[in-house]
Amino acid sequence: MTDHPALVLLEDGEWFAGTTPWPVAERFGEVVFTTNLSGYQETFTDPSYRGQIVTMTAPMVGNYGVNEEDLESGGPQVSGVVVRELSRTHSNWRASGPLGPWLAHHQVPIIEGVDTRRLTRHIRAAGAMRGAIALGDRPTADLEERLQASPRMEGLDLASLVTVTSPYQEGQHGPHIVAYDFGMKRNIVRIFLRLGCRVTVVPAGTSTEEVLALKPDGLFLSNGPGDPAAVDYVIPHLRELTRGGLPTFGICLGHQLLAIAFGGQTEKLPYGHRGGNHPVRAVGSERVLITSQNHGFAVRGDENGVPGAPDLRVTHLNLNDGTVEGIRHNELPVFAVQYHPEASPGPHDAYPHFAEFLQAVTASCGENAATS
Amino acid sequence: MPKRTDLNSILLIGSGPIVIGQGAEFDYSGTQAVRALREEGYRVILVNSNPATIMTDPELADRTYIEPVTPEWVEKIIAAERPDALLPTMGGQTALNVAMALQREGVLARYGVELIGADERAIRIAEDRDEFTQAMERIGLKTPQGETVDSLEAGWAVVEDVGYPAILRPSFTLGGSGGGIAYNREEFEDMLRRGLDASPVGSVLVERSIVGWKEFELEVMRDGADNVVIVCSIENLDPMGVHTGDSITVAPAMTLTDREYQAMRDASCKIIREVGVAAGGCNIQFAVDPATGEQLVIEMNPRVSRSSALASKATGFPIARIGAKVAVGYRLDELTNDITQTTPASFEPVLDYVVVKIPRFAFEKFPTADYRLTTQMKSVGEVMAIGRTFKEALQKGFRGLEIGRPGWAIGSDPSDDRVDDGSVESIRGALGTPTPERLFQVKRALLAGIDIEEINRRTHIDPWFLGQLEELVEAERDWVDGPTPTDESAERHRLRRMKRMGFSDRQLADLMGTDEGTIRARRWDLGVRPAYKVVDTCAGEFPSATPYFYSSYDEEDESPRDDRETVIILGSGPNRIGQGVEFDYCCVRAVLALREMGYRTVMVNSNPETVSTDYDISDTLYFEPLTLEDVLEIVHVEQPLGVIVQLGGQTPLGLARGLEQAGVPILGTSPEAIDLAEDRGRFDAIVRELGVRLPPAGTARTLEEALAVAERVGYPALIRPSYVLGGRGMQIVYDPESLERFFTQAEEVTAGHPVLIDHFLEDAFEADVDALSDGERCVIGGVMQHIEDAGIHSGDSACVMPPYLINDEQVEAMKSYTRAFAKRLGVVGLLNVQYAVKDGVVYVLEVNPRASRTVPFVSKTTGVPLAKLAAAVMVGRSLDDLAVADDILHPYVAVKEAVFPFGKFPGVDLILGPEMRSTGEVMGIADSFGMAFAKAQASADGALPLSGTVCVTVNDPDKRTVLPIVRRFHEMGFRILATTGTARYLSARGVPTDTVLKVYEGRPNTVDLVVSGDVQLLINTPLGKLTQYDDYTLRRAALQHGIPYTTTMSAASAACDAIIALRSRVGEVRPIQEWHKRARMLEAKTA
Repeated sequence: MTDHPALVLLEDGEWFAGTTPWPVAERFGEVVFTTNLSGYQETFTDPSYRGQIVTMTAPMVGNYGVNEEDLESGGPQVSGVVVRELSRTHSNWRASGPLGPWLAHHQVPIIEGVDTRRLTRHIRAAGAMRGAIALGDRPTADLEERLQASPRMEGLDLASLVTVTSPYQEGQHGPHIVAYDFGMKRNIVRIFLRLGCRVTVVPAGTSTEEVLALKPDGLFLSNGPGDPAAVDYVIPHLRELTRGGLPTFGICLGHQLLAIAFGGQTEKLPYGHRGGNHPVRAVGSERVLITSQNHGFAVRGDENGVPGAPDLRVTHLNLNDGTVEGIRHNELPVFAVQYHPEASPGPHDAYPHFAEFLQAVTASCGENAATS
Repeated sequence: MPKRTDLNSILLIGSGPIVIGQGAEFDYSGTQAVRALREEGYRVILVNSNPATIMTDPELADRTYIEPVTPEWVEKIIAAERPDALLPTMGGQTALNVAMALQREGVLARYGVELIGADERAIRIAEDRDEFTQAMERIGLKTPQGETVDSLEAGWAVVEDVGYPAILRPSFTLGGSGGGIAYNREEFEDMLRRGLDASPVGSVLVERSIVGWKEFELEVMRDGADNVVIVCSIENLDPMGVHTGDSITVAPAMTLTDREYQAMRDASCKIIREVGVAAGGCNIQFAVDPATGEQLVIEMNPRVSRSSALASKATGFPIARIGAKVAVGYRLDELTNDITQTTPASFEPVLDYVVVKIPRFAFEKFPTADYRLTTQMKSVGEVMAIGRTFKEALQKGFRGLEIGRPGWAIGSDPSDDRVDDGSVESIRGALGTPTPERLFQVKRALLAGIDIEEINRRTHIDPWFLGQLEELVEAERDWVDGPTPTDESAERHRLRRMKRMGFSDRQLADLMGTDEGTIRARRWDLGVRPAYKVVDTCAGEFPSATPYFYSSYDEEDESPRDDRETVIILGSGPNRIGQGVEFDYCCVRAVLALREMGYRTVMVNSNPETVSTDYDISDTLYFEPLTLEDVLEIVHVEQPLGVIVQLGGQTPLGLARGLEQAGVPILGTSPEAIDLAEDRGRFDAIVRELGVRLPPAGTARTLEEALAVAERVGYPALIRPSYVLGGRGMQIVYDPESLERFFTQAEEVTAGHPVLIDHFLEDAFEADVDALSDGERCVIGGVMQHIEDAGIHSGDSACVMPPYLINDEQVEAMKSYTRAFAKRLGVVGLLNVQYAVKDGVVYVLEVNPRASRTVPFVSKTTGVPLAKLAAAVMVGRSLDDLAVADDILHPYVAVKEAVFPFGKFPGVDLILGPEMRSTGEVMGIADSFGMAFAKAQASADGALPLSGTVCVTVNDPDKRTVLPIVRRFHEMGFRILATTGTARYLSARGVPTDTVLKVYEGRPNTVDLVVSGDVQLLINTPLGKLTQYDDYTLRRAALQHGIPYTTTMSAASAACDAIIALRSRVGEVRPIQEWHKRARMLEAKTA
């Protein structure tokens, strides 16, 4: 295996040298970092990373290879991967093969040998920005030009690229959850099934009528990539669907969309939250959840509420930077969290949110049964 | 939940002397806890018998008791201080055991003392194997199949079920003492007997062996609001079967998928809740079946530990500090992450680097000990290294280990790596048995072409680690055989690639057959230099305020720019016998002193157990190996005023010359003066010039020379290699034959240096003097008289301040000689001189112009902080400026006693000699010698009996000396028991003595009486070659059954004094702050 000189170029001109084990095609995307220590396969296959070049702050990646089970979608979603060192050997009883060739097979470039800490510190200071992965030992003017011409994350509707094209159903019995797929991680479906639900996954563009025709007991709004403001087409449906008291739970992008539906706004964070160690506290409680996070945008607000959305109250706050991590409707059975209770990768502290949602669903089923 | 206001004073129990399994890490944790509690305004009362620690410095706690850490003595402290709470989780197993005993005996209830941090129930569940297993079953977790037994018979029944190999774990012991892996019936019986004895509650867990499974540890914290965080995951490179303290460990875990890691995390959260650690930390060990991923819970320690210290250093998360704060009521999210100072402590650190810990062993001190690594810990220290990759960290670790390897490099001879002849077959054979040399054997295997699969099969080391090692071997091959770079850019690229894999300059030089200096010069020419990265708990996600650095050959250097005058203090590296926590004490005191004086202090050290590597002790911390290369690079970025080398023991001292040659200013005593004292020829000339007497001596490089020198100086002769610490390789020879034997065995230790041969002064008294000099004036810090006779290493001998058997005139002579040496050598800083007194004549044995092992003991005794003053002197203050009195007085007696690891090494004799073998020390302080000695013995786990039977068996020359001692025992009402010869001698002189058989004479014999508890004190000196085995088994039996024994006449006499003191009055406890007040009052009176 001969190493080929390669580099990461950022739109502000900063660049980082590295190598790649095999020739790779030039790729553009928003350069972000995640601090997850484990779970690279889940990260790379998480559709929320669509359009992004992901830098792993964990210095050694690929140690346990890849396997058939830890996929969060059909394959890698990231535009590129930047690591300090890609492991040449892997070892794990579940492994089906090594990480590098698997990424190569899916045409995802990986660049290694990069001073990823320098890159991380740069993004922390200058903010997440567009970047390119390319071969070569220094950036060319051409590359710079193409980078400047590449799309920005703001206003980008990536959800429509990663959503399912037609609805599908899993599970046969139990409460029926209709899940809007904006780039949904597989583990969410796995958890619903484990909790005894029937799930119908629908495309991001599904209308109110189409959803209601499925007779949902609960509505779920998934995670997903890109700017929530660009997914405006779904907002009217969310307003209509929730109005009638349909229990609704949103995660990440779903959380942001709900906030917008009730009058709130989202903003781009300087460099996002990506990792598995973010402390979140339920407002008014002493309990802290260590959460899995992956978002570049956040709902504007603080513990007093979400400006423009008087019906929403803020239920959870991030202890690192005070940003909004959870919201709940004052009257309707509607709630959402910015972080990822489905984890995968990350800690399971927030698993109980699913049960909480199911409780609301069951309660509402009971009511419906009683009234009908 | 803010801190509790119903508590006012808190008692913290330290871990006592440094022993295998309980080392300096508890000084680190305890010190951090004391500081954290005082910061909150609590009155902190501390008890620890170990004077070498930072925590027992009088300035740290409000009241510091250097008293025995035993239930009886701690009860006295509780009675005197009436603390509101007791924090038992900072002092290792010792503190937990004492706290549990105090609870059991109702002492805590009687005085209204609340256990905080972990309560009695949590400690019991974690410690009692059956309760623990049941607790795990309740939360659906599995433990290895097994059962606790309290007899041999019960053991046989269990082992029938679990089969061989079986793991034996005695309850309530530390470092797996008395445990092991039994592969057959014989080993099982032997180990079970030992284990039942070692366990204070007489029970042993017999368990299914899961040898070869992967081993992991998680460090967990919980607060009073039930918030739980995982601070760190640690993966053991050595799989199950090797004690984690003896394993090479890596943080974070390297080979777990997120799914597996989260399962372990979930289990950990459940465990800390189920066991019920209400507010504090714990460490949980897991085993994972490499074939199926099945996870078993191995054990849980509801306290800070060696691993928690490592985890704190590895992540920047101060477990002991946070543990102390949550114990007094804070929630994790109410506490700040000290490193970032902007984010809360309720988070889980993430690492953007890899940490490797490698244990350090001392088998060279115990040649007859079993060097195989098992479930009982045998290492005496450890090194930690940080790199951006596993390969880099591992290489840094091996060179930081200071065992003569420049990195992960094989020895020059197969035997260095415990491989018979270096053949492929001998390597294959060696791989199956874990030893300290295991990774060197793996390297030999890779070099010999044995594939990873086979190495994994033989060692069970995970293939991922083996793959990493193989890459290093390939890189070496490429370095040696690869194409020569055609231009500078290619050369730079090639060199940088090797440096990024952690290769040291010396390693690269060795591979190329050139020298380190050449490689370094070229490297600097090419501009290939390390960058310093910050340990920031968050992988760069947030700005960090704490300057805690490690080097890596990466791009961005984050090292600080600071215009203040900077002083670099070099630490002492991994703990070993002869170089332990006492040097860390000196370094830390110096750092604090220099900070106080306005200097910017930079600490360099590689030892994760220490206070010096706590991130907020110095202004800047470099966690780096202490090699010339690594230190020169730090000097390059720091451009200091100078470097202090005299406080960290032999490690920094060994770097002094190289640093000086590179133009680095050395603060304090010059390297030239250090050399002068070490070079026997030049030193002799100085001694003669000053009119001091030396025992007749000479140096030799060959056996022939040695025989001639020995003849001239006269037998017995003391032989030692020059440039050694802790008496390594030192021996007393009585005839030419044993001299010859020494030469054939000592090749390794001499390594080009000459051998020193002194006439050995038999039956002399020895004394140590610690002094401080500014180049002009010299102040005597203290004169310590050894209790054991000459010939026993000063580190192993008990000693007493002030001297009690040396007259004033001789003491004055020593003081005046010391001043003369200081002046003549130009000592600026600390100085230690060893003397012997024979027939009224004072001889000088050696002069060490550096901090000695006894500096903390002397400072704790007198209250005069020698290391702190030395730091001030080294940056140019005079002793007059510092207002240090000429005569440091103390109207009380302090005794230092050594503590030995013999219990961990079956098969090793307990006899003391010129080679140091103790791992730690304790101090007893009292109004009289007897009481001080009694306290020291109690602290050293050899509490003396007040009545009963004394068994005496001594050699002929000692019979005369032992008579008055035995007579005093008889007068106190002790029954005297002696072997035939001794009994006859004593009876004939009017001491009623019962006779007992020697082992070879039949039964019941001395050993039987010791085993059956019919002997309370043993006085035994070696009888001669014939009865060697006899003596040996007798001493081992005494050790195993916890019966105090003495092997020298002077110690026997001291024991007698101590028992008289104990019988005549109640032992009192008093904090050292009060003792020191007395000393200052006395000085004021005499001035």
